[in-house]
Amino acid sequence: MLAKRIIPCLDVKEGRVVKGVNFVNLRDAGDPVELAALYDREGADELVFLDISASVEGRETMVDVVRRTAGEISIPFTVGGGISSVEDMKKILRAGADKIGINTAAVLNPQLINEGSQRFGAQCIVVAVDAKFNSEWNDWEVYTHGGRKPTGIRALEWVREAEQRGAGEILLTSMDADGTKDGFDLPLTKAVCEAINIPVIASGGAGLPEHFYDVFSQANADAGLAATIFHYKEISIPALKTELKAEGVEIR
Amino acid sequence: MAIAIVDYGIGNLHSVSKAIERLGYEYVITGDKDEIFAAEGVILPGVGAFGDAMNHIREGGMDHIVQEVAASGKPLLGICLGMQLLFSEGEEYGVHQGLDILPGRVVRFEEGDYKIPHMGWNKLEYRRPQNPLVRDLYEGHVYFVHSYHVQPERPEDLIAVTDYGQPVTAIVGRDNVYGMQFHPEKSGELGRLLLRNFLALSTGERLDIPEDIGIHRTESK
Repeated sequence: MLAKRIIPCLDVKEGRVVKGVNFVNLRDAGDPVELAALYDREGADELVFLDISASVEGRETMVDVVRRTAGEISIPFTVGGGISSVEDMKKILRAGADKIGINTAAVLNPQLINEGSQRFGAQCIVVAVDAKFNSEWNDWEVYTHGGRKPTGIRALEWVREAEQRGAGEILLTSMDADGTKDGFDLPLTKAVCEAINIPVIASGGAGLPEHFYDVFSQANADAGLAATIFHYKEISIPALKTELKAEGVEIR
Repeated sequence: MAIAIVDYGIGNLHSVSKAIERLGYEYVITGDKDEIFAAEGVILPGVGAFGDAMNHIREGGMDHIVQEVAASGKPLLGICLGMQLLFSEGEEYGVHQGLDILPGRVVRFEEGDYKIPHMGWNKLEYRRPQNPLVRDLYEGHVYFVHSYHVQPERPEDLIAVTDYGQPVTAIVGRDNVYGMQFHPEKSGELGRLLLRNFLALSTGERLDIPEDIGIHRTESK
């Protein structure tokens, strides 16, 4: 049986780690390679780097960050942010990343999922979905551009399409839960997990160890992702994993 | 030089080479026969599809070189697809002949109540706990990514399995030839220890086992 994964997410801007609260306020918090190595030592099962650089130079810096990280850590890691072509994917994968996360680019050009999956294998392609509850629809809607643009696309339809096109995994962020620390969005995560047969990483809202327990046991997520609570040591990964193990969750 | 990583034109060899470097061993990434034979141990990596990889290997006559390495008694380790290639044949996108160093077939996971690819951390169960590759190690989780799995013809070639709806071949070994279906370079501490054991077998050094890393150890840190 596969272990449930604990995944710290590092937002990286121009080669430095920053944190995001509701995608807006950002604050510098250190060297991504060092932080990645620290999380590896602490028992993180995987890492996600989200490149939020605005400049071309920032993106080039990211390739270097990826190369140095790959040389330092012994767990898999995903790189997302600003990747919009198979060439971009190739650059990051060749630098040593294990998976590529695509979000806005996949919505604008869904064929990118097919191309990436055929070229590099489904296991390399993570489709990141930012979803927010739309009360008019009574359903979740996909947002793009870092959560700024509603798309009119239903999240559950989008994840099914992504799976069909060859996505290997879904990184699901609830914009409603993100930054609240009140727990993962269980209804959304559960609905997505039931809609598809590829792994789902739940993101947004984790504030306490039991939130991870809930999203694994109630929503059936394969992995739980968080940023701030790990960066600021509000939850330590070893303590979290010990607690989950004691609750009977399969944990590495 | 200590370890040769076989370069046959596919895959990213950065992570595995850095893992070897971090363990304090020298390596060379090469497709050159002399360099491969000069090494103390040889690693055959691999990602992608079986048939495609075999075509690449044959192009440079690398198939014969790897077969000779296996026959020479020099430690050889196939990783992920590199392990699958050691076997007789693979069924990924048609039936393809493998290196046939170990007898057995590579087949797709049957559709069932589990997700394909088998991707993530799964736990090793040792079938041959006395094999030098795993003798001093605990049964912990390692990182898998694959849609096809190996069915060895001889049960005694199976060193470790993992449970994924069925026992799935995780480590194989016969004499000097080893294979790991998972990625030791991506498998945290246990991956490092498994890779270290192969490197130590290659260089013939005796391992000093730290007291906190015995078979009685459980995985929790």
